[in-house]
Order: sequence, then structure tokens, then C-alpha cells
Amino acid sequence: MTSIADTPPAFPMTRAQGCPFDPPPAARALQDETPLARVRLADGSTPWLVTRYAEQRALLADPRISSDAGNPGYPSGVQRMRSGSPISFILMDDPEHARLRRMITGAFTIKRVAAMRPTVQRIVDDLIDTMLAGPKPVDLVDAFALPVPSLVICALLGVPYADHEFFQANSTVMIRRDAEPEERAAGHRALIGYLDNLMGEKLARPADDLLSGLAQRVTAGELTRSDAAQMGVLLLLAGHETTANMIALGTLALLEHPDQLALLRDKDDPALVASSVEELLRYLNITHNGRRRVALADIEIAGETIRAGEGVIMANDIGNRDVTQFADPDRLDLTRDARHHVAFGFGVHQCLGQPLARMELQVVYSTLYRRMPTLRLAADLADIPFKHDGSVYGVYELPVTW
Amino acid sequence: MKISVDRDRCCAAGTCVTLAPDVFDQGDDDGIVVLLRENPGDEWHDAVRTAEQVCPASAIRSLA
Repeated sequence: MTSIADTPPAFPMTRAQGCPFDPPPAARALQDETPLARVRLADGSTPWLVTRYAEQRALLADPRISSDAGNPGYPSGVQRMRSGSPISFILMDDPEHARLRRMITGAFTIKRVAAMRPTVQRIVDDLIDTMLAGPKPVDLVDAFALPVPSLVICALLGVPYADHEFFQANSTVMIRRDAEPEERAAGHRALIGYLDNLMGEKLARPADDLLSGLAQRVTAGELTRSDAAQMGVLLLLAGHETTANMIALGTLALLEHPDQLALLRDKDDPALVASSVEELLRYLNITHNGRRRVALADIEIAGETIRAGEGVIMANDIGNRDVTQFADPDRLDLTRDARHHVAFGFGVHQCLGQPLARMELQVVYSTLYRRMPTLRLAADLADIPFKHDGSVYGVYELPVTW
Repeated sequence: MKISVDRDRCCAAGTCVTLAPDVFDQGDDDGIVVLLRENPGDEWHDAVRTAEQVCPASAIRSLA
């Protein structure tokens, strides 16, 4: 008979009932015990789980660690899709990763993002006006959290917002942890087809948007049309799902921590707004499946040897709760300096949209609670549907009233 | 303080520009770091050290 000790624990792990903001207790226990442990994925493979902040950062910055999902040791944990990678260059290594990434990073510079702030403020104000004028209670996800980033990314990319129901439905399937591979592939195909069609329009009638910029690269022979469509899918998906979940889950976390919400609502302090964004990113960890990598060489770390070809998962959710890096890590403290969190990852693959995400969240967190000072949950916390099954964590619905 | 940046390593996350906008900038086309001041004044030293620490690509080096 096999004892439990012989079998690595299943990953991802389950959160505790009634603790929707905290990482799974079993992951925290593993972190207390050891910096590196074997875990078991759905496909039976047993990659390393890196539990602590210092080792996570060291490995994410290590050039011997690869993001290449085509490597047989890559710990995806699911049957590989035949249609290829859904998320393009984020699953590649340098130099090709850097070449493709640099084609779009110009759209996300601090200056460009700052120039978009008035537009984002207007979008946020308009959506709040609509909520205030309409019936209550309202689902904050549907009325606010999803439309804000969707409108922003559509404007940036040059995607018609009128198509949002289509791309949101397909995005949801693609990031559902329990979606069948075939279902996920179908969602991906639908989005690729949509973006390829849009790319055709941008080639014919270029406008002042990011997709038209990619179309120019296609014309110049620097990028294939299919790679351009892949990038479009990545940006559209990453641009709205992540921020939307930070808005809704962040609001719920603040409603459950009224002293912290009061700080944000009652003080007109841009520095506090900025630190609140960093702290909520650290505390909530919506990317709760870990950063997945594969070792290209033997790597000695924390007294263990990761062998070439072995899968490695950096559990950023518990890394951001590592007590050696963040004092009293389970406390939500909007005044702490959390800038060194790993919620956006670390290393050359760190989120390229982070300046945009930060700005959107700063506008939202500094506006929503001030304009709706009596905002409150219109349901019991126990009845809120959490995205335990999503590769991006959050809530499916958030009924609120005021 | 003397600063150097590695433009080949830079991944254009932009955190250095947010922390020390008088010291770091980004290229308009690709967002890659541009060093504005190799020897910034004392008032920027803390921000530069933080930028060095949070830079995801380890592209910033400072010598005190």
C-alpha cells in the first residue's frame, strides 16, 4: 500500500472554506516545511513546486529556466492542444520572445499609459453614472468590473466593443481550469478566427491602434499574419480578464475590510491609491495557478537539484504571503510597501501590460468608493460564486447595492 | 552613485520610470529603458535602489 507520504500532493490545491482571499492551507503548510516540494498534476506528472519568495524570484530570473511550452517537461498538467499555443510568445524563450514582445511594449510605456488616464477616468465615471441612475442591486462584475478593462483594451487594440459578448464568452472558456481540452481549443479557434478577420481589416484600412501597428509589421514581413492574430488574442484576453477580476475581487476584499476601505475612500492621496493597488495585487493573487517553467540544465537551489527537463511551478500566491518578505503577510494593509510582490511574475516574462493594469486599478480604486460611499454587498459572502475553477481567480458575480 | 543599464536585457516593464522619472525613460517605439542621468543626485538614490531591486530583468546596476 502506498502511504500518503510517498505520493506528492495534488496541485492546484483547494482554498479553505470561508477564506476566499487566502491561498490553500496545504500550500502554506508546504511552504513552512520546505522551499521546494514535488506536487502531482492532473496528468500524473510530478514537477517541483517552489514555495518561497526568494527561490521563486531567483528561478524566474534564471536563464536556465525556460517558458517553452513545447518542451516535454513543461508542467502544463493538461493534454496539449493540437492547434498550437493559445498564448503566443509568453510560452517562448529569448531571443524570439524578446523580438515579438518588443513589437508591442511601445504601446505600454509609462508615458503612453499616462496619456490614456483621462479616457479611463471618463469610462469609469460614465459606468458609475449609469449604475447610480439604474435599478439596484446590481452585479458589479457585469455593470462595471468587466466593461472597464474591456472598453480600454478594445480602444487600445482597435477591437469593436460591440463584439464584447463574443470575445468574453470565448475568453471565459479558455481560462476555465476544468474546461475540456476540446472546448478550450474551440474557444481559441473562434478568437483566432475573429482576430485574423480583424487583422484583414487593419491591413486594408489601417487606423491609429495597436492591431494596425501589428498589421504594418505583417506588411513589412517582420511578423506572420497568424502570429499577429495570436498576439491579438493574447492582448485581448490578458487585457480584460485579469483587470476585471482585480476590480471585482478587490472591491469584495475592501468591503470585507471596512477600515481599509475607509482609508481609500476618505483620503485623497495618490500615493495611498498607488500603494493600495500594489497591496491588493500582493494580497489577492488572481493568477493562482503558479508560473510554469521547465529546467534546461541541472540547477542547484535550496539544497535540492532540479534536473534538466523537469517542470517547475513558482507558486506566486504563497510567495506573496512569505513572512520573510512581508511582515504579517495575511493582513491586508494598504499602507505597506508591497512593490516587490511577484503578482505580475518576475524575470523577462513579467506582465507587459502592468503599467496599464496599474493605471486602470488606480483610477477605479480612487473613484468607485468615493462616488458610491455606501456601496455594500447585496448577498452573503457565503453565496458569492468564486472562480475556484478559473486559471484567473475572482468572482463570477458580485451583487452590490448602495 | 553611478548607474548602468543593459538595454538587451530590459523587458520594458517600466517600473524604473515610475520610481525615478528623472533618471530613467523609455524608448517610444519599444519601451526599452533609456538612461537619462548616469550620476543622479542624492535625492534619487533610494528610488534608484528600489528600481534596481524590482527590475524584473535585472537590467539596472548601481554603484554607490
